Amino acid sequence: MSFLEYRVKFSPSGFAKVLYVNWGLYLLITACAAIGWLMLYSISGGDIQMWAGPQMKRYGVGMILSLGICFTPIWFWRSMSGAAYALTFFLLLVVHFFGTVGMGAQRWIDLGFIRIQPSEFMKVSLIMVLATYYDWLDDRRVSRPLWVLIPVLLIIVPAVLVLMEPNLGTTLMLVIAGAAVMFAAGVSLWYFAAVVGLIGGAVAGIFLLRGTPWQLIHDYQYKRIDTFLDPSADPLGAGYNILQAKIALGSGGLTGKGFMQGTQSRLNFLPEKHTDFIFTTLGEEFGFIGAISLLALYTMILIFLLWAAIQNKDRFSSLMLIGLAANFFLYLAVNLAMVMGMAPVVGVPLPFLSYGGSATLVLLLAFGLAQSAIVHRLR
Amino acid sequence: MRRPTRDQEDSARRINRRALFMGGCMAATIAVLGGRMRYLGVDQSDEFALLAEQNRVNIQLIPPARGLILDRNGKLIAGNEQNYRVVITREGAGDVQMVLNRLSHLIPLTQSDMTRVLKDVDRNASFVPIPVADRLSWEEFSRISVNAPALPGVTPGVGLSRVYPRDTDFAHVVGYVGPVSEKDLAGIENPDPLLHIPKFQIGKIGVEKWEEDDLRGSAGNRKIEVNHVGRVMRELERTEGQAGADLTLTLDADIQNFLQVRLGDQSAACIVMDVQNGDIIAAASAPSFDPNLFVRGISSADYTVLTENDHRPLANKVVQGAYPPGSTFKIVTALAALADGSIDVNTTVNCPGYLDYGGRKFHCWKSGGHGKVDLAHALEQSCDVFFYEVAQRVGIDKISAMGKTMGLGQRHDLPMSAISEGNLPTKEWKQQRYKQEWRIGDTINAAIGQGYVLATPLQLAVMTARVATGRLVVPRLIKAVGGVELPVAEAPPLGMETSQLDSVRSGMQAVVNGQHGTSFAARIVTDALQMAGKSGTAQVRNISASERETGVVGNTDLPWKQRDHALFVAFAPYDAPRYAVAVVVEHGMGGSAAAAPIARDALLRVQTGTLPDPKDYPDNQRTRIDTMLKELRLRNPDGTQPPDTRA
Repeated sequence: MSFLEYRVKFSPSGFAKVLYVNWGLYLLITACAAIGWLMLYSISGGDIQMWAGPQMKRYGVGMILSLGICFTPIWFWRSMSGAAYALTFFLLLVVHFFGTVGMGAQRWIDLGFIRIQPSEFMKVSLIMVLATYYDWLDDRRVSRPLWVLIPVLLIIVPAVLVLMEPNLGTTLMLVIAGAAVMFAAGVSLWYFAAVVGLIGGAVAGIFLLRGTPWQLIHDYQYKRIDTFLDPSADPLGAGYNILQAKIALGSGGLTGKGFMQGTQSRLNFLPEKHTDFIFTTLGEEFGFIGAISLLALYTMILIFLLWAAIQNKDRFSSLMLIGLAANFFLYLAVNLAMVMGMAPVVGVPLPFLSYGGSATLVLLLAFGLAQSAIVHRLR
Repeated sequence: MRRPTRDQEDSARRINRRALFMGGCMAATIAVLGGRMRYLGVDQSDEFALLAEQNRVNIQLIPPARGLILDRNGKLIAGNEQNYRVVITREGAGDVQMVLNRLSHLIPLTQSDMTRVLKDVDRNASFVPIPVADRLSWEEFSRISVNAPALPGVTPGVGLSRVYPRDTDFAHVVGYVGPVSEKDLAGIENPDPLLHIPKFQIGKIGVEKWEEDDLRGSAGNRKIEVNHVGRVMRELERTEGQAGADLTLTLDADIQNFLQVRLGDQSAACIVMDVQNGDIIAAASAPSFDPNLFVRGISSADYTVLTENDHRPLANKVVQGAYPPGSTFKIVTALAALADGSIDVNTTVNCPGYLDYGGRKFHCWKSGGHGKVDLAHALEQSCDVFFYEVAQRVGIDKISAMGKTMGLGQRHDLPMSAISEGNLPTKEWKQQRYKQEWRIGDTINAAIGQGYVLATPLQLAVMTARVATGRLVVPRLIKAVGGVELPVAEAPPLGMETSQLDSVRSGMQAVVNGQHGTSFAARIVTDALQMAGKSGTAQVRNISASERETGVVGNTDLPWKQRDHALFVAFAPYDAPRYAVAVVVEHGMGGSAAAAPIARDALLRVQTGTLPDPKDYPDNQRTRIDTMLKELRLRNPDGTQPPDTRA
């Protein structure tokens, strides 16, 4: 396709925008959310007041905000990205110094009526600011060291703050999603190779030098790493959650035990069953078929996002879409790997299913931005 | 919008390329995740399903009701009672201390009880019921139930606990149950899972112990669903257990009670046997104790009182007490001599009051001597010299062999604890035991049931039953298990000539009914109920030569512990033997005076089935007997104890 065909002919305005929203994408995420409500209803033992109700309300509010974002032109959001980043960064600092401690970590700002988790918002702000940066940056300077350093700092500084909360899961997501935007923007592959090489070398160094006089960290730190990497070594402590989660998933079998029949979750064997580990209840009650169906929904959402990124000729929009896709992917991949015992337990919720305000809200805002990019794309 | 330039178009292509590459990476990861789902949910599903089930399901045992123990007429000896108790849970109570304070106004609760409950409450999960008190009276229990609204978290409950309604009557034979101990468990291979239930009651001694397998029954179980902290969510399945089998004993509760009361505070034992089938109709051992104390957990003060009593209330003297049988053993000596042919019915021996053997004088109890006596007279008057003489002719080994035939010197297999074998000495035995030669003096002592011979009241009763019937009567205590009567085979004959047995029996008849009989005072005057017996007075100390010179110190002048044991064996009716009895009164002094009247009362009681009638006693004794019988504090027919009306 030649460039000329992509010239701006028209951008929808007014009520016509409704026709250009990717309603399929909204339908998919609502389907995911609906599965979440069902599971929350089941886990609470049929008490809608407990989790499912509040979660539906949040989804409704988030959806209205999402549609508001969706119908606002994408270039407005691009112009707001710097401010959004600055504000989120400021909130992270506030959390760092005055935040509420919960679940052993300092993550929340308690505003009285709502508790917000700035690190969740940072995921979107960071993607936006990086996309804006590369939209602005001359393509020829993309791989110059100085111009690489700036986005790296944009990623690393908030990531360090989040890591200190501590919230390892979100830190990883920030770093990887940021790196994904940089990668998509065309930063030379050598940088990535160097970083991967450095990290790999450091990890290899730490492990290979273990037990030798030149070992890099203390023994107790090694032990912590061991438990972190292999929770089954500690079946009553760190390994308990993972073991129970695997039992729940596995005992579901092909078709599951049936709605509200999951013994693992109903009898409380599952930890965090309404938040990070909600997938285990899905697997227990609806079996392999239920689990793989959710995975299919997620895959379709990712395809929609990536396809929208490829279709979109606006550099900001496309980078943002790729960043959001990477972010969404990281949510589900890290959560599923963790719940299925393939990765250490780091606090990452399952998108649209896990009970929780900030993550759901941020995801809906992110999909609002994605829809805005889709609606306002150059045609 | 800026117009795209060619560079921008290139970069857009690169974005697309890299986006597709990332999409590929995502697809690969998703494939791995999907594969993992399949592995867990399909390939490994069975294993995880099992693990989930193990998580969820606990199996709890339901203790079976312990079998009842009944007397031969179905009267309750050991039963189960509702044990009313209260438990408290922290989650229900909230403020446990406050609830306990309120409870203490309703039931007696000591400060230490409350401290214990508070400690247990803190130590357990909030839903675990902690026992506060048990064995509450019905009133206390209903008081708590009525006040339930003011007692959050307090649940009144009911369990089963062993109870012995005829407390002291059967303490020795039936024994008691108690909580299973580590020691009990150590002695059992593959213990029944029931035994691991805390405080599960098992038989500790007596019938309760030896018939444990029948009485216990088998556990039922309930499958329950539990949550992650073990709280019971619901019951999934219930299998009822098998209650323990009810045991019917050969004992008669009323006769047992009569004898127990008749023995009173004396340190004594009395056993009554049915000679036709070996049924033990009563086996009383006095003094007794209340087995219910042990079930509830006896206090150390109460226990000390029992162990320090010199009348040994804890011992079952019927089977555990091995006494020198004294003159009752003359029956064995006589039978041995008759069977051996050393003597016959007409053989006479002259009794000058002693037997001189190699310079050593063995005295007859009658210092003047009996003159010329034959077997019948020797038995009647219990002439020692006659038996000294015939024993030397027969030899100890044959006497002991006859003793064995008559049921002495062996452990009769009965479900009672600490059954003694008694002792029948032989030359070989003495060599092994004392590394000494058997001396003729030993035989002479043994001939009259002194020295090394030891027998239990049970063995003496068996001996009497065998003499009375001429058959190898075997004692038994269990009549039926679970309502099924145990068969009893007719006992085989002893293999003795009837004439020989008759001569001993008529000797025994003369002991009680002959004018010169040692126990003439203890006769039964009604012909149909006539008793034949043999008295025995067993020395528990040696009489020194100087004492003999100065005249034996009267038994009554000796401290209780040094007085002679009084023994008596008897059967009745004489012409058609039905019951045998053996009585031992420790340090009761004279067999005829202390033991024979008890044997007579026992035989009258068992033969008539009612309280003895004074008209069956000799004229001159009737008033005294009547008073004595009326003063016996027997149980009411329902087993309850009448109020103590004595001053």
